Amino acid sequence: MKSKKINIWQSKFILPAVRDSVKKLHPLAMARNPVMFVVELVTVMTTLIVVSDIFTGRNFLFNLQISLWLWFTIIFANFAEALAEGQGRAQAESLKKNRSESTAKRLGPGGQSEVISALKLKKEDTIILEDGDTIPGDGDVIEGTALIDESAITGESAPVIRESGGDRSGVTGGTRVLSGKLKVRITANPGESFLDQMIQMVESAKRQKTPNEKALNVLLIALTIVFVVVVVTLKYFAGYMGVGVTVSVLIALLICLMPTTIGGLLPAIGIAGMDRLLRYNFIATSGRAVEASGDVDVVLMDKTGTITLGNRMATEFIPLHEENEKELIDAALLSSLADDTPEGRSIVVLAKEKLGMRGGDIRAPEGAVFIPFSAEARMSGIDWNGRKIRKGSLESIKEFVAAHGTPITDRVEKIVAGIATEGSTPLLVAENEKILGAIRLKDVLKEGISGRIAKLRQMGIKSIMITGDNPLTAATIAAEAGVDDFVAEAKPSTKLELIRRYQGMGHLVAMIGDGTNDAPALAQADVAVAMNAGTQAAREAANIVDLDSNPTKLLDIVEIGKQILITRGALTTFSVANDVAKYFAIVPAIFIAQYPQLKVLDIMNLTSQKSAVLAAVIFNAVIIPLLIPLALRGVRYRPSSATALLRRNLLIYGLGGLVLPFIGIKLIDMIISLLKMV
Amino acid sequence: MTLNDWLCILLLPIILIILAFGLGEFMAKVFSGTRTFLTPVIAPVEQLLYRLFGVDEKEDMSWKTYALSLVIFNIVGIAALFILQAIQGMLPFNPQKFGAVRWDTAINTAISFGTNTNWQAYSGEQTMSYLTQMLGLSVQNFLSAAIGMAALVAVIRGFIRKTSAAIGNFWVDLTRSILYVLLPLVIILSLLLVSQGVVQTLSGSVTAQTLDGGRQIIAVGPVASQEAIKEIGTNGGGFFNANSAHPFENPTPFTNFLEILGLLLIPAALPFTFGAMLKNRRQGIAIFAAMLILYLGGLSIFAANEMHGNPLLEKAGVTSGLNMEGKEVRLGIVNSVLFAHSTTVTSCGAVNSMHDSMMPLGGLILMFNMAIGEVIFGGVGVGLIGMLCYAILTMFLAGLMIGRTPELMGKKLELFEMVMALVIILTPAILLLLLSGIAISTNTGLSSLGNSGPHGLSEIIYAFASTAGNNGSAFAGLNANTIFYNLTTSLAMLAGRFSTIIPALAIAGSLAGKKIVPASTATFPTNGLLFVIMLVSVIIVVGALTFFPVFTLGPFLEHLLLMTGKTF
Repeated sequence: MKSKKINIWQSKFILPAVRDSVKKLHPLAMARNPVMFVVELVTVMTTLIVVSDIFTGRNFLFNLQISLWLWFTIIFANFAEALAEGQGRAQAESLKKNRSESTAKRLGPGGQSEVISALKLKKEDTIILEDGDTIPGDGDVIEGTALIDESAITGESAPVIRESGGDRSGVTGGTRVLSGKLKVRITANPGESFLDQMIQMVESAKRQKTPNEKALNVLLIALTIVFVVVVVTLKYFAGYMGVGVTVSVLIALLICLMPTTIGGLLPAIGIAGMDRLLRYNFIATSGRAVEASGDVDVVLMDKTGTITLGNRMATEFIPLHEENEKELIDAALLSSLADDTPEGRSIVVLAKEKLGMRGGDIRAPEGAVFIPFSAEARMSGIDWNGRKIRKGSLESIKEFVAAHGTPITDRVEKIVAGIATEGSTPLLVAENEKILGAIRLKDVLKEGISGRIAKLRQMGIKSIMITGDNPLTAATIAAEAGVDDFVAEAKPSTKLELIRRYQGMGHLVAMIGDGTNDAPALAQADVAVAMNAGTQAAREAANIVDLDSNPTKLLDIVEIGKQILITRGALTTFSVANDVAKYFAIVPAIFIAQYPQLKVLDIMNLTSQKSAVLAAVIFNAVIIPLLIPLALRGVRYRPSSATALLRRNLLIYGLGGLVLPFIGIKLIDMIISLLKMV
Repeated sequence: MTLNDWLCILLLPIILIILAFGLGEFMAKVFSGTRTFLTPVIAPVEQLLYRLFGVDEKEDMSWKTYALSLVIFNIVGIAALFILQAIQGMLPFNPQKFGAVRWDTAINTAISFGTNTNWQAYSGEQTMSYLTQMLGLSVQNFLSAAIGMAALVAVIRGFIRKTSAAIGNFWVDLTRSILYVLLPLVIILSLLLVSQGVVQTLSGSVTAQTLDGGRQIIAVGPVASQEAIKEIGTNGGGFFNANSAHPFENPTPFTNFLEILGLLLIPAALPFTFGAMLKNRRQGIAIFAAMLILYLGGLSIFAANEMHGNPLLEKAGVTSGLNMEGKEVRLGIVNSVLFAHSTTVTSCGAVNSMHDSMMPLGGLILMFNMAIGEVIFGGVGVGLIGMLCYAILTMFLAGLMIGRTPELMGKKLELFEMVMALVIILTPAILLLLLSGIAISTNTGLSSLGNSGPHGLSEIIYAFASTAGNNGSAFAGLNANTIFYNLTTSLAMLAGRFSTIIPALAIAGSLAGKKIVPASTATFPTNGLLFVIMLVSVIIVVGALTFFPVFTLGPFLEHLLLMTGKTF
């Protein structure tokens, strides 16, 4: 799969991010992030203290350094957010590059067309597209068929067909018509297309916090409140013990204890998650869906197109009686000549091969009436010269021959069952009242699909295959692909019912769809992925659109969703674990002058009290930029048992978070005394 | 340590586990409405009570109705107890002719007993008439404990039920807690105590001729029954001021053992009840294990300190290195340490020794037990509620770290649950710091102190940790019967009680309305070792981060100074 990673560490991204991080110091912008807002508030207080120190002629150097590092803490956090935004914007820009310059031929009410700027297009406008036109906005084909180059969006160079009706009617802005003429109804106002929605989700000011982010924010705010109380009351406890603590040292302690690391990086983690989605060519319309995708434990997959290559191929003719094999092949060929489905074409190819008619152009005979396949009748065929040839499923042919009073013999059922148990689809061929035999249609699994399904299982996700096939056929394919369960003989409404049933049992269900009749099920699913090539209805019902129209990419969405959550959890744990070392640095520093016995708590053996406080503050500030790459990239997710995953992350971020600051603060303390900063 | 000491320390956990498991299973049946061996005897009484009070047994309450019923019932009880103290002089069963209790003491006592704290600013035998003791204090001892259990049962239902709007019937849960659980246990324990010589009489006092010919008035009274509910309901309010150090309350090492067992029993049994009702017994065992680890961990640090004793006395050649100060000779160190530790981990607060006289680090353990919110077994019902809130916090972090939106036992933990769990965990802690901060920086607060320096700080911290945690034990050394302390500790007790129970019922309501997410390989099992370790760590870390500075300045600094020969 292609991933268009943008290298963020270049000056064209970093410089604007630096500028933005200063701009974001505006209190109104800071208020969106309560933890960092409190940091800014107390930082202003320390700054005022420095100013008053200067005017009253006191030594202000120590307070100045504290104050500066606190400002850095905020700017570093803003920088992380700005950088993630920049990355997202660049990612999105690369997707919609072509769009802004394009023009469109709009069809007026009188039927005449006028050329207008693509930006002026509104929803419900109808436009005309011809060879070489760039499609100006997302829309639905209402007339015509055309070959479209979607490489600008998907990176896939092979052109695709888009046509009215059916499940391939959606077109995306920015793609190009290679050949053909289309009438397209525009489905989104400028600024409302999927891409524009996605861009909003990487701009922090417009971004909605996801439910989990809100809950985590509450935890961070609660910790902040506790630490404010701890620090304020400490002043009085210390006072009782005869120790005076300056406000700037108390503020330093507060900032060190507050969860600034996770508080500062939280928005960046969310935005970076969206960036990753874009990079994998997904467009999400809600952050909630991305988060929920980490929770998905049931996936509904269409057999056709997702697990198997869309087309079943005819591989064998099985006559009812050996002697009329030729009769069967003839009838199959005749009935399939006008059948444009891939199955129909594969029958023609196989029949020609069997009859030794290489090449040769065979045309349907004059006066023949073709009966196209319909979902109701579930068979197709030809009427010619009094011959009524039909091919179709066992049930439909049974009905067809029953009209002539012919029952289905055991032999027929045996052949059908034989083909079906081998995972193939039997297609019966009948001429008038007589059943001639069966055609074996074989499903071909997509390459690598069973590996991906196995990986889903490792992640704890149950895969369910849905197919209109009979149970036997379905079972064979299911076994071959390794899905956990399957539903055979499914009707369009089955998907919706199934999703409801699983949701009723408490499962979170993901579903991939493209057709209009998938739309209700997509709307019901917790995570609904629509193929970009699918119909507009499907895309609107979904909350994630896959620009590559590759159904197996669901795995990537799940991984991205999990990564966002893991990164949040890991950095929260890390941030809280850090506090232990900071206590051991600052608390002895405050009291050691009065109570030298507390030296036992100074296990880092720091140079001086001032140096200890400053070292803790500096560590607290610089850990933020050091963790930016991790926040943007996300903590790695490896499918494994939940316990193993947790144990690993606890060791790295919990235990690591406990130990690392002891080392870090000690090192910074040594640098401080080396540079004689205090 | 003597053989008796070792027996106590080893037997206590074993007997506790056996009894707690059995009682836990029994309570699960009681609260699910399943038949038990007591049903034939008690069910008629239960039905009679429902008819008498017009309770519709079948009514299933929303969390708001449940909470409202509970709060009103609790507040009415507190008000009644206040009035009883105000008019006790005019009422019968008052052989010592005690007058009305001072207003602030009465408010404090009413709240104290109504909130299952049993902080006693007064001296029982010199203030309260027998009627007040029995009709007021003893009744509240039952009710406040039963209310705690009812709240817990509602929370458990929150975990069991799916997409339900209701969490049970408060009146039924309350009645069953009393009739099936508290009363039978109290009767058994009372009889055992009486058999060992604990006093049970309605006569006023006994006058004795002392050996040197003087006369001594010895207070007696209906002690055994109040003693039993004092432990069983984790109340802790003694009949006598000396509480379980008094020979009439706790005469022998055997009664001491029984009392420790009694106060641990229900809180230790409730995790098993939880597991049984959840139909996931391993879950109950896991939570019990977390509690036991914290209990034994604290106990060993505490005991080691007391056994090591005071180095200054040792240097002076006074003792053999045991810290016997403030302890009853007939009970000895181990029995005192076991009692003190057990009474502070559960929110009981009965004492058989003076906690003020423990070694500084021992005192630190006791304060930690209370300051983390009484969750190591904890108070009847509310202890497990607190523990479940720590579990919510733990699983919020654990859930994120395994890449799922957090869930606990199949219930998704979202904004609402987070807010409520944090209110429950943090309100007592915040209040403890704020009120201590006020007390330590005002003359009114400082004037009650018996000691200076870090020990004085410990006395104040202990008082508010004890009241905010609804424990009720006192560190002594602090004269708490002043208007300032009566009112501030009242506030701490009320907040400690209702900031736990009301949000807990809100969580119950919210959880009951949710679906239960079926477990898969991607779900983190909350009944395994890793969960237990993480839960224990979260509790220690939250406690340590909140109280590091005060514990450093109080007991820890005192310990360091003691080592250098300075005492307070």
